Amino acid sequence: MLAVTACLVPGAAWGVLLLGPAALRVLGVAVGASLAAELVVQALAWRRFTLGDGSALLTGLLVGLSLPVYVPLFVPAVAAAFAAAVVKASFGGLGCNWMNPALGGRLFAAFSWPVLLAVRPQPAAGWLRLTAGLSDGSLLGGTGTAGLVSTLLLAVGGAYLLARRIAAWEIPAGFAAVFALAFWAFGGLPAGLFRGDLPSALGSGSFALAALFMATDPVTSPQGRGARLAFGAGCGALSFLLRAFGGRMEAPFAAAALMNMFVPLLDRWPAKRGPR
Amino acid sequence: MSQPRSFPRGGVRPPERKSATAGLPIRRACVPAEALLPLRQHAGRAARCLVRLGESVAEGQPIGRAVDGLSADVHASIPGLVRQLREIRLPDGTSSPAVLVSLEGEFSRTGRVRRPEDWKALSRGELLQRLEAGGVVDQDGKPAAAKLRAEGGLVVVNAVESEPYLTGDQRLLVERAAEVLSGAAIAAFILGTGAVQVGVEADKKEALRSVAEAAAGSGFQLVPLAPRYPQGEESLLILALSGQRTGGRLEDSGSVTLGVGTLLAIHEAVTQAMPQIERVVTVAGEAVRNPANLKARLGTPVSALLEECGLGRPARVIAGGAMRGFALDSLDTPLTKDMNGILALSRREILPAVRTPCINCGRCAEVCPWGLRPADLFKWLERGEAAEARSRGLEACTECGCCAFVCPARIPLVQGLREGKRKGAA
Repeated sequence: MLAVTACLVPGAAWGVLLLGPAALRVLGVAVGASLAAELVVQALAWRRFTLGDGSALLTGLLVGLSLPVYVPLFVPAVAAAFAAAVVKASFGGLGCNWMNPALGGRLFAAFSWPVLLAVRPQPAAGWLRLTAGLSDGSLLGGTGTAGLVSTLLLAVGGAYLLARRIAAWEIPAGFAAVFALAFWAFGGLPAGLFRGDLPSALGSGSFALAALFMATDPVTSPQGRGARLAFGAGCGALSFLLRAFGGRMEAPFAAAALMNMFVPLLDRWPAKRGPR
Repeated sequence: MSQPRSFPRGGVRPPERKSATAGLPIRRACVPAEALLPLRQHAGRAARCLVRLGESVAEGQPIGRAVDGLSADVHASIPGLVRQLREIRLPDGTSSPAVLVSLEGEFSRTGRVRRPEDWKALSRGELLQRLEAGGVVDQDGKPAAAKLRAEGGLVVVNAVESEPYLTGDQRLLVERAAEVLSGAAIAAFILGTGAVQVGVEADKKEALRSVAEAAAGSGFQLVPLAPRYPQGEESLLILALSGQRTGGRLEDSGSVTLGVGTLLAIHEAVTQAMPQIERVVTVAGEAVRNPANLKARLGTPVSALLEECGLGRPARVIAGGAMRGFALDSLDTPLTKDMNGILALSRREILPAVRTPCINCGRCAEVCPWGLRPADLFKWLERGEAAEARSRGLEACTECGCCAFVCPARIPLVQGLREGKRKGAA
């Protein structure tokens, strides 16, 4: 958990550097709310305190990174508290939740305050042009999420997690492959098939966050290579559908949360048996 | 020499920790003042008790008689008087009737080496009879005679010692390779084929050299194996040696595996009419001042063996290996035919056992040699759904402990699965 958190830090730091104190406030409020909610729930339920396992910290950071920086601060506060208290704790705490807590918190915000979260143009700063050269202009697509700006750094952190095998590579692989294929084939319609704008699709921060850090949560993802690839592919397909027909920036989050529901089914995928 | 072979999936490489005893010659342990001899030191039911309270027994005299195909005779490991007949608890938590003998009288067997008999003159039936009379039991708990009753096939010498600390087999190969291979030749003769494969881990250089010398001209095939736990599992060993799957039934594989200590016992039972009343046991761990391989009498209390090697303050004492052994709650537990190690571990040597929730990381599934998902099985059993656990392959589990070894949440997976299997069997 702490390793995953550490892998988010470069992306988060870059976002704070670019977007200033506003980003820091969102991240700080989300982390604080998540920690506080866990503490309160465990005190009320007379359970052992488990802040030390780093799970609440990670949840808060993910919720903060997935929200735009211009939202009123009660949004990250409520979203992160919902994630820790309802999505995780009410099912029995770490290891027992069926949906990734950060995904749950992020979607709770999306459904509760759609207007506050709507895409707003970002006031251009001198800094931003610099990052535009790094990958693609669409990275800055105007959504203004601290995480989105730092897609590349997130990808680096995610690559480290995959290399250390803390996260299963099959999930982001399936996710990215199907999402990219669908976007390339159908993203350009009605202009024509195979004319989708790939960089803007794969470069979005919400995609990187969902594919590398949220869908790969071992608690809420299946076991086994086949099941994991299918899980990732499902995330990719749903992300495309939700984005194409919903136009929402939280499409990858919603897709991953929907696929969380299929995990018990995917865990019935027959395991490859050993030599007996 | 060819590339070391191994099994296809899973497994771990625990720290070796063998250096303390790997270079030391096996030495004789003191004879205990009392020997507590369980009548069940084998896979089958407990042997029928042949002695009465107060009776005097000679060294090597049978005190228990085999009652079924998987049970074996038990012999008095010291001469003396039968002081008690009682139920005791074995390290694995099961109970067994046991005979307590207190030392008295003369040693009629030890030190009187008979002229080795030429076993080649004996028939297959006579050889099997001698193994039964000697109460020879292999490391898996099956009597050697029962394993060798199969028709045809290959003898596989299981010289794999992939558990940490243990060096007894390695030392036996270095010091007594000729007798071990003689045991293998007898086993092959009983099977009627004469074919023998010896599986030794490739990093045990001294043992390999010693076996190669002793096997020169015998036609035995020496196969180096990759040092990887649990390579010593019978079916994984056969798989590594032959590339052939056992399909769930070892009997169909055409191979009979026997441990190094067992082969030595076979040799002694046949050529010296010496019953299995001693074994080599590695006494090691940081809480032992002078780690050693001891040749000790069965029934010797674990406490006596530890004292002999200088016992410090152990955080835990384990009977058997660090991976497969059992933590002891009493040091009165006696040495039995299957106990290959006694480990007195310091606090530093055992991982802290603070259990945290399972986060489904899947490492247990990655290392399971049988492709099971131990954490899943554990959860099904915890919920009382034993049938579901069985349908997901619970019975294939051999309790090798790889899953518990890698589990970052320190979940007692092996205990859980073992209990689940026992309940299913009951």
